[in-house]
Amino acid sequence: MKKGSCLEVKGITKHFGGLYANDHIDFSVEEGEIVSIIGPNGAGKSTLFNCITGFYPPNSGKVFFFGEEITHRRADTICKMGVARTFQVVQIIGDMTVLENVMTGALLRYTKIGHAMKKAEEVLAFTGLAEKKSFFGTALTIADKKRLEVSMALATQPRLLMLDESMAGLTRVELRGMIDLIRKIRGKGITLIIVEHVMEAVMEISDRVIVLNSGKKIMEGSPKEVVRHPDVIQAYLGERYVVSQ
Amino acid sequence: MSELLQQVINGLLIGFMYALIAIGLTLIWGVMNIVNFAHGDFLMVGMFTSFWLYTLYGLDPILSIPVCTALLFVMGVLIYRFVVSKVMSGPMLAQLVVTFGVSIFISNLAVYLWTPDFRLISKPLLSGTWVIGEVQLSIPKTVASIGSIITSLFVFLFLKKAKTGKAILATEMDREAALLMGINTERINSFSFGMGAALVGIAGAFLSTYYYIYPQVGGTFGLIAFCVVALGGFGSIEGAFIAGILVGLVQTLGGFFFDPAYKYAIVFMIYLITVWIRPQGLLGW
Amino acid sequence: MRNISLKQICSGVIAFILVMIFPLLITNTFAQHVMILFFMFGMMGVAWNIMGGYAGMFSFGQVAFFGIGAYTSSFLLIAYHVNPWLGLVIGGLIAALVAAAIGYPCSNLRGHYFAIASIAFGEIVRTHFNNWRLIGAAEGLSLPMLNEGFKNFMFHSSKLPYYYIMLAFLIISLLVCYLISTSKIGYYFRAIKESHDVAKVLGINVVWYRLIAIMISAFLTAMAGTFYAQYVLYIDPESVMLLPISIQIVLISMLGGAGSVMGPVVGAVILIPISEFTRVWLGHKGTGVDMLIYGFLITLISVYQPKGVWGLFTNMGKRAK
Repeated sequence: MKKGSCLEVKGITKHFGGLYANDHIDFSVEEGEIVSIIGPNGAGKSTLFNCITGFYPPNSGKVFFFGEEITHRRADTICKMGVARTFQVVQIIGDMTVLENVMTGALLRYTKIGHAMKKAEEVLAFTGLAEKKSFFGTALTIADKKRLEVSMALATQPRLLMLDESMAGLTRVELRGMIDLIRKIRGKGITLIIVEHVMEAVMEISDRVIVLNSGKKIMEGSPKEVVRHPDVIQAYLGERYVVSQ
Repeated sequence: MSELLQQVINGLLIGFMYALIAIGLTLIWGVMNIVNFAHGDFLMVGMFTSFWLYTLYGLDPILSIPVCTALLFVMGVLIYRFVVSKVMSGPMLAQLVVTFGVSIFISNLAVYLWTPDFRLISKPLLSGTWVIGEVQLSIPKTVASIGSIITSLFVFLFLKKAKTGKAILATEMDREAALLMGINTERINSFSFGMGAALVGIAGAFLSTYYYIYPQVGGTFGLIAFCVVALGGFGSIEGAFIAGILVGLVQTLGGFFFDPAYKYAIVFMIYLITVWIRPQGLLGW
Repeated sequence: MRNISLKQICSGVIAFILVMIFPLLITNTFAQHVMILFFMFGMMGVAWNIMGGYAGMFSFGQVAFFGIGAYTSSFLLIAYHVNPWLGLVIGGLIAALVAAAIGYPCSNLRGHYFAIASIAFGEIVRTHFNNWRLIGAAEGLSLPMLNEGFKNFMFHSSKLPYYYIMLAFLIISLLVCYLISTSKIGYYFRAIKESHDVAKVLGINVVWYRLIAIMISAFLTAMAGTFYAQYVLYIDPESVMLLPISIQIVLISMLGGAGSVMGPVVGAVILIPISEFTRVWLGHKGTGVDMLIYGFLITLISVYQPKGVWGLFTNMGKRAK
């Protein structure tokens, strides 16, 4: 067990029938890091998220959060312990206003409605959605929905935030906004693990990058190391593009 | 021992009817994700169609099948076009309640037009009982079962081979993909609803050869059909067929071993246990 | 966060006053009876709404709890001379326990699947009561004629006490619903209604909160059942366990507006008089015309006003721009 380790993933394996979506995945994340997980479609990134956050029970392996084992615990318990996440397909509460959405997250730590509301307003100010607090969830743009989803996660006061493709479908400007937000979040001491396809974002904000392919972890390193590695290039583009360095 | 065998035979005979009724329901459910609470009442309409053709024109129920099929198909399409299609984009609650409304309307229309009296077709063409050893096989029920098998086979082949059939399967599996392939999913919805109604209309024609015909007859059959569909897997034709037979057996054997009064309750228990343990049913996806 | 406007408070007070003096002005017992039924179904609609409109579990089997409440208090009264008020509480608790027992295995069911499970549940309970010798099976139970009075929860000379008691029950259930809607539980219910995933990711124990919703709903519905038994003095499975009653309850909430506190009351105000009047004027010949109209209405409402009527009255300012 590494000292100061926020998350330790050991040998996580998840298969559906004969298909191994995650095959003995090992890695750890230090507190305060921003770690990106990349890999071609079908590599098993979202499955890994689901195994870590209690949405799928892994077939074998263990996950430790600040030293405590969280494997096979209920998803809501894991959230209470301080792990928050977003989804690949944005999940917010359409019938509620932006403020109410975030309040629902804040209610985890602040049982009184009044306190939860105050906390929610703080979070919205932090994430830049304060002006839209009376908008109904269904009335938001995709970028705002993603921002709302992050706000809801932040309201639960996590120590680890896991974002699943939060940059997908954003314009350049919105992308910049999201990158800044992620930096702000790290500034608050929250560790981040992000699954991403948008490479320029990955390059810019990651301390480390983990690469998955066909369920296995094939590489791990700094963004620069990873992007030049022949295995990674092969995984994404095929053998023809591997140029000897 | 022969008593047990008799019960198994009875269970199978009922089961084939349940299978046919359920196939129509699972088709509708699979294609457009609507639970047709009026399904049992469509059955009732099929039964009454047979009855009136027999009473007024002397047409044997088996021969009334083409009429039942056509009539129920049209009825299904019209109900879809004018009622169901309008709630497809609405709240879930409206979708649930609307077919209840149709169900109450149809069953009470029947009460109004034909009184709540129980009717019976007294002399169908194929009647009587075969006695094989110590087991009795009711001929109308056997004919109905054979009819159910033939119809189910036809449906199965239709879905796999015919162009419209394949389009239905495609819509069932992935609505958006089907749309992108140029399939007119609205038309498929109408057709499927009509087809589902027609199938249960055929079941009604068969059922009328040996079952009491009255406006509220659809109630229990409808509920049992839900259990069958859930057990077999929503949207799976093969599943509905097999599950129908299983439910028939459970009903008769359950009644035999426990208490006939509880035979339906046992079926409903099966539904609850199935959705708890295996939510997608035996063959569902 | 509903800021109740002055206008709403005033209309509420006026409505309350009117409802309180109604039976003193209108002495026609049929009219009073319709009002009592309106309160009763309104209460059951509010109870349904807590698990359906708020938590998203659309139950079509509420009548089972109604029946359990009615039978528990009546049986305890007849066999053990238990005071009906105590019987009321016991009936509610038993209903809540049964609700939890059936709710637990159904914890992951949503939408259509939950609806059918609830129907199956209702029918199983009805079949059981229809065959249970101990509580009268199909013959039902006749309550003994006790001395009139509040203590015995029985009044023979006038409907007025029943009127005010049922009104009080309705107000209690409205209060419960209001408290839920403005508290943590209410927010959690609405999250669960949206999606189990969203709820889990916000730290909500979905199974637990669903059970709470079902249990509260069952308790309140059972209270209405005990009231009915004390009001009508005879119950049997055909009158307190039928599926159409469950459907009526759902309808009331849908028509008025599921997901709002007052919705079911509005729905009941519209539907109960209609169904009672059509039943009396058109239904007595057994021609089914009353139900025909009813079925037609249900279909119409589902198609044209599926979100309910209440939303039209309160300008909730849905799309802030």
